[in-house]
Amino acid sequence: MPVRSSGFVRQGWPLAVASFATLLAGAAQAAEQKHGESGEGASFPPFDPAHFASNLFWLAITFAALYWLMSKVALPRIGEILEERANTIGRDLDQAAEMQAKAEDMAQAYEKALAEARKNAQGIAQTARDTGAKASDAQRHATEAELAAKLAQAEATIAKTKTEAMGNVRGLGGDVAIAIVTKLTGQAPTASEASEAVDQALSRG
Amino acid sequence: MAAGGGIDPIHQFHINPIVELKPFGLNLSFTNTSLWMVIVTAVVSAIMIYGSSQRSVVPGRLQSLAEMMYEFVASTLTGVMNKDGMKFFPFVFSLFMFVLASNLLGLLPGSFTVTSQIIVTAALAVLVMSVVLIYGIAKHGTHFFGLFVPSGVPGWLLPFVVLIEVVSFVSRPVSLSLRLFGNMLAGHIALKVFGGFVVALTTGAAAGLFTYAIAPLPLLLAVALTALEVLVAVLQAYVFAILTCVYLNDALHPGH
Repeated sequence: MPVRSSGFVRQGWPLAVASFATLLAGAAQAAEQKHGESGEGASFPPFDPAHFASNLFWLAITFAALYWLMSKVALPRIGEILEERANTIGRDLDQAAEMQAKAEDMAQAYEKALAEARKNAQGIAQTARDTGAKASDAQRHATEAELAAKLAQAEATIAKTKTEAMGNVRGLGGDVAIAIVTKLTGQAPTASEASEAVDQALSRG
Repeated sequence: MAAGGGIDPIHQFHINPIVELKPFGLNLSFTNTSLWMVIVTAVVSAIMIYGSSQRSVVPGRLQSLAEMMYEFVASTLTGVMNKDGMKFFPFVFSLFMFVLASNLLGLLPGSFTVTSQIIVTAALAVLVMSVVLIYGIAKHGTHFFGLFVPSGVPGWLLPFVVLIEVVSFVSRPVSLSLRLFGNMLAGHIALKVFGGFVVALTTGAAAGLFTYAIAPLPLLLAVALTALEVLVAVLQAYVFAILTCVYLNDALHPGH
């Protein structure tokens, strides 16, 4: 509750001065009257008008000073202090709430990241497993194909060698037939006659 | 010690000039009353201004005291008036602190009680009523006098009610000043009388074994009375402040 310099503070001065001046004048009059009556010495001091003027005068000065000091210096300052304290406490509370919210957000984000990472890890493991299986399959297929190719090649080589060998056998047969005919008849057939005979014999037999 | 050999309970209220000042035939001497008014102002200012000079968020002892006084008067004021009564806060606060410090400092042995002078309490009461009247009329004009005319009163009764309201309004400053003055005066006289008994019983002309034996009784009573007087000093300052708030509330909201 801060104290702002209000309308009353400004209007209050003439009012206070006026009321004190009125009282002061009244007191002075009362003192004079009393003097006029007679010097009735030992009266009750609080009721002795002789001191009224002095009391009023000094009350006006001291109370005005007090009012001025309170309204201009002390109360606005204390109002500021209290307001500042309330603001500080409010700000600190706000900050704490904000921090808490942030911490909760962070915890949530962490949980989410953790779950995602777990899911990712599973995915990666699955992929790795799949890739591994695929790679080993491919390798196996490649090796099998290579082996099949080598087998086919080997078979072809064998067939070729066999054909060649058979060719050689025929050639050899012709030569043998010439030699036999020459030995038997003493006359050498031509190569073409020999090979023709061999062919006839082969197809027969 | 006045005439009669005993202790004069009125002696403590005597006003003695310290510096004679008599301009234009007015007796404006600086007296013991004036001295204690200055002391009261100085003590209150010291607590409130020096106490708040640190401006710390976590207050020390003196600052706590100053803040406590501030918040106490502020809550009293806003309890009687609304928030808009805060424009009177410096006035009510100064009044409360002046009366409170006068009452309490007056209880110190050898000191002088400013509020035991009827002219002082009367001046404060008149000041309060002047503020009420002038602020009320300045703020509400003739509407302020509606204060004396309660609504819902039958026409034939109205003159009497208005008369009663006016009389009660006029008697406010009288009761306000006499209450404080009477409490302070009576309390101090009672204290002095019982203190005087102790002295009379132990050093008086008739002092003997019997009087020595019963001398502690008035002493105990004086101790108990001192405690009571501390309560009265605080209570009367509070009563003065809260009645001031009630009267100021009339100036702020004159409608019944």
